[in-house]
Amino acid sequence: MYRKDDETYFIVDAHVALWDARPENQRNIHGKQFIDCFYDYHRNLSPESEVWPYEDYLYQGGERLMRDLFENGYVDHAIFQPAHLGAFYENGFGQTEEAFALTQQHPGKLTYNHFFDPRFEQAGIDQLRRDAERFGLKGVKLYTAEWQGDSRGYKLDDKWTYKYFEACQELGIKNIHVHKGPTIRPLDRDAFDVADVDHAATDFTDLNFVVEHCGLPRLEDFCWIATQEPNVHAGLAVAIPFIHTRPKYFAQIIGELLYWLDEDRIQFSSDYALWTPKWLIERFVDFQIPEDLPEYAPLTVEQKKKILGLNAAAMYDIPVPAELQLAPVEPQAVSVA
Amino acid sequence: MDAHTALDAVLDPELDEPITDLGFVKSLDVDGGRVTVHLRLPTSFCAPNFAYLMASDAKDVLTALPWTSEVIVELDDHHDSDLINRGLAADAGYRGTFGHEADEDLEELRLTFRRKAHQAAMERALTVLLRADEHVDLHGVTLADLPEVPASAALLRRRAALGLPAEPSSPVLVDHDGTPFPREEIPLRLRFARSVRISIEGNSHFCRGLLRTRYPESTVEVPA
Repeated sequence: MYRKDDETYFIVDAHVALWDARPENQRNIHGKQFIDCFYDYHRNLSPESEVWPYEDYLYQGGERLMRDLFENGYVDHAIFQPAHLGAFYENGFGQTEEAFALTQQHPGKLTYNHFFDPRFEQAGIDQLRRDAERFGLKGVKLYTAEWQGDSRGYKLDDKWTYKYFEACQELGIKNIHVHKGPTIRPLDRDAFDVADVDHAATDFTDLNFVVEHCGLPRLEDFCWIATQEPNVHAGLAVAIPFIHTRPKYFAQIIGELLYWLDEDRIQFSSDYALWTPKWLIERFVDFQIPEDLPEYAPLTVEQKKKILGLNAAAMYDIPVPAELQLAPVEPQAVSVA
Repeated sequence: MDAHTALDAVLDPELDEPITDLGFVKSLDVDGGRVTVHLRLPTSFCAPNFAYLMASDAKDVLTALPWTSEVIVELDDHHDSDLINRGLAADAGYRGTFGHEADEDLEELRLTFRRKAHQAAMERALTVLLRADEHVDLHGVTLADLPEVPASAALLRRRAALGLPAEPSSPVLVDHDGTPFPREEIPLRLRFARSVRISIEGNSHFCRGLLRTRYPESTVEVPA
């Protein structure tokens, strides 16, 4: 939790990773390029004091993760959203065993979400069933631009993806996190296109679709869809660090999200280890819409509390101490005739 | 026309800005009629279809110059550099370069971004008008009503790229076919156009920042 000016915020970091991008785990040049690209994001958008050496960036391990998130970072609960990237890394990018073991050691603090790839068809569904049981899955992270053999991506409205969603319904995996950020593939089908989220959200209304990176670089397409689909949510990963380098742009993003969605459907994410949560939380609590953007209303403390933790806590049934919850809205008195 | 000026006409489709302004032209060598250009992008994971589009557009504008006899365009440091450079050298076209991955027409992608660029330009031009008079009736605004500012000229260029009418009496707030929006939809449509504009501007911040991080010697200034 984070305290500032007599207010206390319950923090859920809804998108973190325990990755291994060290050279011995890189399968090919793409593995190096991928982590180098992440490192450029990190260097470009972080305050100078928060920039890590390259070596630290390749791998953090569980101990450092716990320290960065929970000791230094004010986080009360964090959710792993792993990307497999088996075409780039020998043992995958996200470290399943290590991350899951960590959640076993710290059950109140960490939730492990896993991934699936619909291109494995029935065998992948069978695997998903085993994974759901072993990990107690409440959510999955989908990286639709993942390379797989000759294929450089898939869509959420592909026939097999739908079969996986049906399995998710049955297995109680309610939260589908979709990477729709700066990405790489598929080639001929615009990989940033969020239209497939629209189709899936319409057809699976009992699943939550959290669009990570809130559709950037297609913010407007995302907003248009989210306005119409109440089960579509925005993850702030990669958007929130603009609070430092481009605060006015960040104000516009959060202003648009609050306009098109609402304050209940936006989730804080540091995207650790792309960034550490500490400075992002501090800056967000201090943040206000600048005066030269009068088209947006000022952010309220309640909105910040929801975004920083209460929204994701509700989605994942994470217990929130009573004193950190928002005061219940008093129902309007009903006049008795 | 010199080679650098010719490259000003090549736009990043997503950012709607010239590759020369964005710092994507790493080097340009002219030796008689032989021109060699090296392009570079903010990350090795920039979308390969966009990368190909810019590289092949660069080759086209340089080849079209009357004084060039040989044009070599190469993309550096991209995960598909070899593939793209081979395709460009052989003039293999988009599908010839990417094979089965490129089933769709690149022109469709280009059109999508021209439409976005038009919406963003429309919002910018109308915002200038709204700042001057917040009660202006946007439904009746025509090209003749726009003030002579860069935003208006930019809108005319985006309209021309889509083949929309340029007559002074043409309405400004239109969809990509030139059809005016119904009056009751105007607040929503303007609002949507604004989020398109914010999206494009944000991508530009991101790409410019990443390019400077990746290539610190890059001298391209970042506008505030």
